[in-house]
Amino acid sequence: MDYNTKFTPHTWPDHPEQATMEGKNKVVGFWIFLACEVVLFASLFATYLALKNKGPAGMEFSTQELFELPLAFAMTMLLLTSSLTSVYAIYHMRNFNFKAMQTWLAITLLLGLGFLCLEIYEFYHYVHLGFTFSQSAFSTAFYTLVGTHGAHVTLGLIWFTTLMIRNAKRGLNLYNAPKFFVAALYWHFIDVVWVFIFTVVYLMGVIG
Amino acid sequence: MSSHTQKKSFGASVWDYITTVDHKKLAVMYLLAGTLFFAIAGFEALLMRIQLMKPNNDFISAGFFNELLTMHGTTMLFLAATPLLFAFMNMLVPLQIGARDVAFPFLNSLGFWLFFLGAVFLHLSFFMGGAPDAGWTSYASLSLYSPGHGIDFYVLGLQISGFGTLISGLNFIVTIITMRAPGMTFMRMPLFTWTALVSSALILFAFPPLTVGLVLMLFDRMFGGNFFDHTMGGNTVIWEHLFWIFGHPEVYILVLPAFGLFSEIIPTFSRKRLFGYSSMVFATILIGFLGFMVWAHHMFTTGLGPTANAIFAVATMAIAVPTGMKVFNWILTIWGGSIKVTTPMLYALGFIPSFVAGGVTGVMQASAPLDYQLHDSYFIVAHFHYVIVGGIVTALFGSAHFYWPIFFNRMLDEKLGKWTFWVFFIGFHLTFFVQHFLGLMGMPRRVFTYMEGQGWDQFNYISTVGAAMMGVGVVMMVINCLLSIKRPPAGRDPWGDGRTLEWAIPQPIPFYNFRQTPLVRGLDPYWIEKQEGNKEGMIYAEPLGDIHMPNNSALPFVISLGLFIAAFGALYSPLGVAEDSRTWAIPVLIIGLLITFGAMIVRSVKDDHGFHLHKEEILEIEEQLYGKGGKK
Repeated sequence: MDYNTKFTPHTWPDHPEQATMEGKNKVVGFWIFLACEVVLFASLFATYLALKNKGPAGMEFSTQELFELPLAFAMTMLLLTSSLTSVYAIYHMRNFNFKAMQTWLAITLLLGLGFLCLEIYEFYHYVHLGFTFSQSAFSTAFYTLVGTHGAHVTLGLIWFTTLMIRNAKRGLNLYNAPKFFVAALYWHFIDVVWVFIFTVVYLMGVIG
Repeated sequence: MSSHTQKKSFGASVWDYITTVDHKKLAVMYLLAGTLFFAIAGFEALLMRIQLMKPNNDFISAGFFNELLTMHGTTMLFLAATPLLFAFMNMLVPLQIGARDVAFPFLNSLGFWLFFLGAVFLHLSFFMGGAPDAGWTSYASLSLYSPGHGIDFYVLGLQISGFGTLISGLNFIVTIITMRAPGMTFMRMPLFTWTALVSSALILFAFPPLTVGLVLMLFDRMFGGNFFDHTMGGNTVIWEHLFWIFGHPEVYILVLPAFGLFSEIIPTFSRKRLFGYSSMVFATILIGFLGFMVWAHHMFTTGLGPTANAIFAVATMAIAVPTGMKVFNWILTIWGGSIKVTTPMLYALGFIPSFVAGGVTGVMQASAPLDYQLHDSYFIVAHFHYVIVGGIVTALFGSAHFYWPIFFNRMLDEKLGKWTFWVFFIGFHLTFFVQHFLGLMGMPRRVFTYMEGQGWDQFNYISTVGAAMMGVGVVMMVINCLLSIKRPPAGRDPWGDGRTLEWAIPQPIPFYNFRQTPLVRGLDPYWIEKQEGNKEGMIYAEPLGDIHMPNNSALPFVISLGLFIAAFGALYSPLGVAEDSRTWAIPVLIIGLLITFGAMIVRSVKDDHGFHLHKEEILEIEEQLYGKGGKK
């Protein structure tokens, strides 16, 4: 199908993201990219677990004293909800409802921004306590793991914003449908990684 | 673009190569870049061999020797073998599956430029205060406090070129999954494409741990991290694990495509279908899988304990089974065939016993108790050079002869090729065979000199003579390549026995490959058509129509250049271990990253629909290429 074709909700294909060869390649390629991201985060998790609570002799910081579950819980809720709203956005993309899609993407963006603000506050708070990046092996591993996730969130927010602004005036077509779909896929992946961070870093840190 | 047949100015040609997304041009660029770094690393090896020629030699200093051995290993694996194999993968995979290009031509170009600029960055270390000197494995306990910027160059250079490799690997996987011509089922794919697929999957899972390892090292050395500093609670064994989780599959990433290349050469010149095709596919996948289960056999002496050592020892020995399957399949393909001993076939015949020798010493080291004796001795050096030179380099040389007509529409000289083979092959065995004995006699690897009277002198001398012969062989090979410029065009299927789709395509190959997508009717599709007397080459799955092609782009180069610039900023970071930070470090880092991300945003915002090549234009191009009437 051609990129220049104008669509109505009736002629719009069921899976617009895979209606062109390029779109199909993009979706397959992105799933494979996510597989390699999984290995990347697995390596970071393994490093974190090996260095958890390890520091110079007499280090006063430990996961039990440092982490506060209410804050981590609030962050989790924000990110999980944003994953749901991005599902709504893709639902409307498939129904050729551009306005609704943009609205839900904007909500996703705000929730993601909220998460990021809480994370920045959290890091700021820890640094204020003296738990800096160079304080110990534990602190370095913590900031690297959680910070890498935070960098992914930031990248996702920039990605969504660029997509929304670029396509604001022209609506949906078969050229940008795969782009929205893939961005949403990325957002879900970030969410799944956070579920593991919440479990392994925060829950197991405070309770385990 | 269709203007490619006209003569261009030099500047326009350079611009064309910087912006190209054509898999065939990128293959040539990989070939040239890989050869350059192969020559550099080979020269480093010769310097080391001259130093070790006699005891107590003072040809080069101990520090420079360390830099040479580090750069030799790093360059050969990351910057010579990988791009040379990528050259063949780029050229052959789309042709073998009947595709117009790879799935993501833009990413293909990005992969090349990241690799190339990362490699250039690493080599700048020689001119900017010293190369890395902690071995290609760069163990953290050794590299963390290495003075100067050598290790920083290693970390940043490999990080950038590693991204390139990862991107290319991803691209090959998607290409093979989605771009196959009608009828090209998975079990009809040529074995080289199969090995390219499995090797790309290994890249996909092996390079992220390396990326993480390098990031940890980057933070520790340049930004005040504590991953490996035991006084701060760090642990250097983490580096060993991450490095070998990458490092062991890397061996298979390189050797599997080499197996694939021989699996193309051997049936062609035995003029017989590959014996046990499906078991070859199975063995390839199994080697890929087991390749991830054995990394700790590099760490038997680290002290992981007898249980871990036993598990990894058994897993390592298990890899010998699928590899053995492959060796027997090659032998049974040759068995009863109508054999033509051409230069590529000569390399294949030399490969089998050499590689088996390397494999057998590998199984010896898999036995953990014996490995305590062999570890860090010249026995190890002999083993992995038998595998890498005997397996990968012979594959590269043999396939260069075999596929030169696909790359350049010229044949290499057979007579010179056979001489090259014998000089190189004898030199290779002279160099490394005696090193087994040196290792068993106790000579440690990575030493810059040794005392006389330990019985090592003679063997070291022989080894150096062999290395010189290998050097002569490589020079002969390069001369052969250069002489091919003067030779007449080779035309389609110059060996006369091509079996797979890449031989069915007319020469010179137009930039859109097959003008109509071919229909694949079985394994070795071109052979089938030839058997049925099809003069046209292939039968086609579609009528002649418009062809959709991707646009050229300079953005991949700009994205890579941004990271190249950013790396200089990180190098002179104020928090770095090497205490010569610069005030401009952080701004440069930020500017570099801004260039990269800015270019990525431009790529995202600017629509790139590619262009359509119309039927009339196709006919016009073909008339220019093949003359009136479409003589091929």
